[in-house]
Amino acid sequence: MQPHDVCRARTPRRVTIASAAIGLVCVLSAAGCADGPGPGPASSPGASGSSHVGGTVTVFAAASLTGTFTALGHAFEAAHPGTAVRLSFAGSSALAQQILAGAPVDVFAAASPETMSQVTGAAPTGRAVPVVFARNRLEIAVPAGNPGHVTGLVDLTKPALRIALCAPQVPCGAAAASVFVAAGLTPAPDTLEQDVKAVLTKVELGEVDAGLVYRTDVIAGGDAVQGIDFPQSSAAVTEDPIVVLPDAPNPTAAEAFVALVRSAQGRTVLSAAGFDVG
Amino acid sequence: MMVPALLGLAFLVLPVVAVLLRTPWSALPHQLARPEVLESLRLSLVSAVLATAICLLLGVPLAWVLARSELRGRGLVRALVTVPLVLPPVVGGVALLLLLGRRGVLGQYLDAWFGISLPFSTAAVVIAEAFVAMPFLVISVEGALRAADRRYDDAAATLGASRWLTFHRVTLPLVAPGVAAGAALSFARALGEFGATITFAGNFPGVTRTMPLSVYLALETDPEAAIVLSVVLLVVSVLVLATLRGRWLSGVPR
Repeated sequence: MQPHDVCRARTPRRVTIASAAIGLVCVLSAAGCADGPGPGPASSPGASGSSHVGGTVTVFAAASLTGTFTALGHAFEAAHPGTAVRLSFAGSSALAQQILAGAPVDVFAAASPETMSQVTGAAPTGRAVPVVFARNRLEIAVPAGNPGHVTGLVDLTKPALRIALCAPQVPCGAAAASVFVAAGLTPAPDTLEQDVKAVLTKVELGEVDAGLVYRTDVIAGGDAVQGIDFPQSSAAVTEDPIVVLPDAPNPTAAEAFVALVRSAQGRTVLSAAGFDVG
Repeated sequence: MMVPALLGLAFLVLPVVAVLLRTPWSALPHQLARPEVLESLRLSLVSAVLATAICLLLGVPLAWVLARSELRGRGLVRALVTVPLVLPPVVGGVALLLLLGRRGVLGQYLDAWFGISLPFSTAAVVIAEAFVAMPFLVISVEGALRAADRRYDDAAATLGASRWLTFHRVTLPLVAPGVAAGAALSFARALGEFGATITFAGNFPGVTRTMPLSVYLALETDPEAAIVLSVVLLVVSVLVLATLRGRWLSGVPR
């Protein structure tokens, strides 16, 4: 499940030997090795004055951040030549478990403070204190044309309609649960997906009449999905915290990446995707 | 030869040993008594049995055609049969969705004409499992058919038995061990199915959440429960393997 530790080579001397292994592991795992060539040495100077930012920075981010963090990863690599950003997107809880199991990760961006606290503990100190960099809220996503004639949250209680929600164990599912509690409704889901992108996919394919996803996912879904806002969504505004992990193999680059996410440039990317960064 | 062989064995066995070492045995009865675990186990067993039945019903004739008929292009058919074997299960799930989903190539007509919508139903679980498991049965039965002595069939035919009578009174009993081995393999594969199921059938307790899906979901929040569920799956799989013991493993009668 975790190719990351094998996919990184820490010193240039090992690179040639490692590349064969990297190739093999990447073929076998088919994940996590998509970003560019092997990393340079951790101390290689950048060309644009960023003297100590280099090497590879490994970022685990919630599935809802797929588009924005991919863009920010490219921006980071452009700003710091010689660096490589390795991104892994999945449900926040799955990522948290991988980090707890020892995945060598520099930066973790979760879709909820609760999931973040699984990694940082209840009372982190110093650098290990996560900061909220964006807020998101739920929206109803329906396939283009709205075949189920969904107009509001109450439609998600109709057994006749096909409904996809996130499993309550992942942040989008927890947010959905609080929205339904706030509205006094009992949803009638047909499937509880592992992360928000899986819900979005089922909507895009038209396999469900409606799904509860983040507003940012509706925007990411493009023409295939339509978003329907509902008043109760304010009951569960989710916060996305980010942190440089205490065991980060490359803390300097990790700090720089977090700084980029929180910079004006980062905020522009995030708000264009539908995040609330105010 | 011995060293790599031992390494190979260790590679296959040690992960399982790790699960057993980390199993919270004292918590086992409590975890096993949880209604959602029993529900998940029941759903897994029922859908795997049904999937195996489909594999037998469709797979045995397919194996017979591959082994005994003079059909042209049998090599191509055999290659096609093994496609689900090499296809990543998630891709299989996407393929099933695109064929049988509500807007799928066939699924749209099922929905429009009969009001049948397969995704997110237990039927979808069975279909996904049969899709990934059937190649095991076909390959196993075809091997047995090729190894069986055709002269018994010829003898039956010269004594006036029809093709069907020959098949089910002579051929099938001869290859019964191969069929049983194939069925057991298919059952085990169906029981462990994850990727195609979660993609095509979704994940809902009591309807589509089989044991592997429960393990995956439990791993997100309750690793102890995930380990217990894994042990249960492990035990069932080992039981299936135990029934495969001896002559069944070879696929030919002694």
